[in-house]
Amino acid sequence: MLPIEQLMERANANARLVHRGRFVDTRFLLEVGDDTYLVYVHAGRIEKIEKGPFVMPRWTFALRAAKEDWQEFWQPLPKPGFHDLMALVKFRRLRVEGDQHPFMANLLYFKGVMESLRTVEGAAA
Amino acid sequence: MNAQFEPIIGRYLRLNLLGKPHRLYVEEAGQGIPLLCLHTAGSDGRQYRALLNDKELLENFRVIVFDLPWHGKSSPPAGWEQADYQLTSENYVSMIMDVVDALELDKPVVMGCSIGGRIVLHLALEYPEQFRAIIGLQAGAHVDPYYNLEWLHRPDVHGGEVCAGIVSGLVGPNAPSDARWETLWHYMQGGPGIFKGDLHFYKLDGDIRERIAEIDTLRCPLYLLSGEYDYSCTPEDTLEAAKRIRGAQATIMKGLGHFPMSEDPEAFLGYLRPVLKEIIG
Repeated sequence: MLPIEQLMERANANARLVHRGRFVDTRFLLEVGDDTYLVYVHAGRIEKIEKGPFVMPRWTFALRAAKEDWQEFWQPLPKPGFHDLMALVKFRRLRVEGDQHPFMANLLYFKGVMESLRTVEGAAA
Repeated sequence: MNAQFEPIIGRYLRLNLLGKPHRLYVEEAGQGIPLLCLHTAGSDGRQYRALLNDKELLENFRVIVFDLPWHGKSSPPAGWEQADYQLTSENYVSMIMDVVDALELDKPVVMGCSIGGRIVLHLALEYPEQFRAIIGLQAGAHVDPYYNLEWLHRPDVHGGEVCAGIVSGLVGPNAPSDARWETLWHYMQGGPGIFKGDLHFYKLDGDIRERIAEIDTLRCPLYLLSGEYDYSCTPEDTLEAAKRIRGAQATIMKGLGHFPMSEDPEAFLGYLRPVLKEIIG
């Protein structure tokens, strides 16, 4: 699995993805097993990623899943049921909490952001 | 590229459905055994564009595809603005049988995908003698809701964007890019609340678990083909249905998702051709 911090570089390098998210201004919590991250998005670009643990985190929505589920999601060709955020939701592996409005209104964008950690290297680092 | 027409003829059919005048868009190509195709929730008949263009298929089959009212180029009936659209099993069956009658189709093969794959199970129960064979794509007896359907129809979320976002992962991961995005485009073009109204049938009203074992495949052969990456109607859902219907033949299609005929027509035809060959006999 690539370090979560690479999410910023990879998502921002995709000009079409940034354009898709041009109206997105939000901060969301990403939970990867025991680790938590706050992802700050402005105008479709990830501006910073803070690593927890946090004392009093503020976020609009949270994406929470087990580390091994995210690991499979980020495989170059994930197994059926692990290949998409809504697939993870369907099988109760991903919980989407909080105010889901920005997430649902920009679903293709957030799918693209999370899939940007998917690499040919697969489970490295 | 030289300009050329495809073999498809598209026309508007005027008929009464559910007691109201309707204007229904119907496409067809080929000759032989009628093969009536039913599109998925929130999409339209363009999903079958590859079948309607397949030379080999068109030699033996008259492929017919219609857009349900409210979908594609079919209009909603007059007065539609006064109520929310909501598909029910009873209305869906009735519309299909009225189209079969209006087009005077003699023992057609009927093939439907997703909501179409569900409704053909209802047809197998209620009208087995009227069909030569029934093919359910991504067919299962029931699907549990796994997200809040309200997101699909509200003015502060773009309906086309969210519907495509909801279904994008239902396309198999290896689908050719052009076919994947064409499939999503159909979803982006759906009218407000139409995908949601179709899902009323799919997730609530059309639950057929109680009656599925009564389907008699001796009266009409039933084939079930489902994509491996579908998490809406999962391969397990299809295999469970097949287990409960004596004589049903189920195949899981490797690498494919929820829209086999549209997302990866070539791979899908590889699975469909042997079924059609068996139906011809």
